[in-house]
Amino acid sequence: MRFLRVTLVPRRVKDLLAGKVMLLLTVLAALLVLVMIIGLYLKSKPVLDSHSLSELLFSTKWRPFRGQFGFLPFIMGTLWVTGVAIVIAVPLCLLTAIYLSEYAHSRVREWVKPLIDILAGIPSVVFGVWGMLVVVPFIKDVVAPSFKVFSTGYSVLAGGIVLAIMIFPVIIHVSLEVLRAVPGEVREASLALGATRWQTVKRVVLRKALPGVAAAIVLGISRAFGETMAVLMVVGNVPKVPRSVLDPAYPLPALIANNYGEMLSVPLFDSALMLAALILLLVILLFNIVSRSILLRVERSIR
Amino acid sequence: MENRTHISVQDLNVHFRSEHVLKDINLSIPDRKITAIIGPSGCGKTTLLRSFNRLIDSTEGVRVSGRVLVDDENILDPKAEVTHIRKKMGLLLQKPYPLPMSIYDNVAYGPRIHGIRERRRLDEIVERFLKKASLWDEVRERLSQPASALSLGQQQRLCLARGLAVEPAIILGDEPTSALDPQSSQRIEATFTELKRDYTIVIVTHILRQARRLADHVIFLYLGELVEQGPAWDFFNNPKQPMTREYIKGLIS
Repeated sequence: MRFLRVTLVPRRVKDLLAGKVMLLLTVLAALLVLVMIIGLYLKSKPVLDSHSLSELLFSTKWRPFRGQFGFLPFIMGTLWVTGVAIVIAVPLCLLTAIYLSEYAHSRVREWVKPLIDILAGIPSVVFGVWGMLVVVPFIKDVVAPSFKVFSTGYSVLAGGIVLAIMIFPVIIHVSLEVLRAVPGEVREASLALGATRWQTVKRVVLRKALPGVAAAIVLGISRAFGETMAVLMVVGNVPKVPRSVLDPAYPLPALIANNYGEMLSVPLFDSALMLAALILLLVILLFNIVSRSILLRVERSIR
Repeated sequence: MENRTHISVQDLNVHFRSEHVLKDINLSIPDRKITAIIGPSGCGKTTLLRSFNRLIDSTEGVRVSGRVLVDDENILDPKAEVTHIRKKMGLLLQKPYPLPMSIYDNVAYGPRIHGIRERRRLDEIVERFLKKASLWDEVRERLSQPASALSLGQQQRLCLARGLAVEPAIILGDEPTSALDPQSSQRIEATFTELKRDYTIVIVTHILRQARRLADHVIFLYLGELVEQGPAWDFFNNPKQPMTREYIKGLIS
């Protein structure tokens, strides 16, 4: 009995302590988002007090020196660039993941997977430089002329392409894992009925993997919203609402990165930039909440 | 009653990487009978079954040689069309794997894949085969519910209906009752006995008593080799090989 007590007590104390510490850390991490939102709100309060919200969100007039802060060009810039990136990335990534999961030999899969993951580790500034050297001239000399319009090449399209490539690894990696997690027997059940491989993928595997694949895409898009450096280097940074993919744009993250620390002598400017950060954070939050609730519904309907 | 051969296997050899899984298998499976493939686990029963509908193709590192004749067509011929071969055989796995869709769509899946589109015909097919798998009365009111909402035993019967709906001539079962409760197993067995009037049934089982109850014809594999095959009565009452005698007595397993 005494022996038992001696060995048990320190173990139990450690166990208790470990549990409490981890709980504390988890709560702190979860609170961080809330703290950030409150902090940004307090910082952006001056500009929110002196301007109406609808003016800030829906005006296209960005003239900080005259005290006019219309964020619409930046919000639209973010949406355009992200939208183009999604349109390019989603089909390509899905087909790649399907190929690797359903068609490729396991040896091919083991080779290609790490290569794709390496893409994720390349610093975004490298993507930016590559975009300036390859994508921008390509758009200026090949894409724009073939549509008979002039473009400097620094455009929504350039940003979208660079961004698409940057979110490839996340989407491919996660959807590949999800597809591999579909039990082989489900495929066999379909194949045994005389379905072709493509029919099986389309009607059974993708259906079963849909919630996970959707989550992969959401993850990619969330990353795309906030990506700053590479995009900033190729989109042109003109504060006007883009009308086509060949127009330049000025996404929210680029606005903050380009101006913070430099233009702070202008009254209310720092407050406006904090508001930009707050808008970005809220857009991402809203997007995550909406997509998550859609996911839940989808999951329930197919199972 | 005459014994027409439905599936005939000639010199079948299967290698998996460096392993010789099936060795010179020669056997024949009679038409419209229940054939049980028995033997201890790891003896190649499932591999043999999977070579009948070429699902074995999807395993990496597998080499198959020899001939498997179904209706006098060699299905191992590289030129043979796989989807056509598989359409001839319904497959039941150890655990039921309903497709991620409604009960109705599960049964209609096969016919749709093979080009049937009219709602009326599909309705008729779904009802007919759910009845054949003796599931209709339990699900007629909730055909649009997800198949995963059914009990395990019901799911297995749904899988049976799904397999029957492509109108195969052969039903393959890979230990089809091993995940089910006794009552559900019994229902599946009863359905099999009913179905053998119209279908050739081949089941893999490691339950000797199940083979005794169901089988008309028995194939006994041991470590990748065919030890003995023959009509069930002879096999169980008058085994020719000493190994068979020991296995039946439960001395080896």
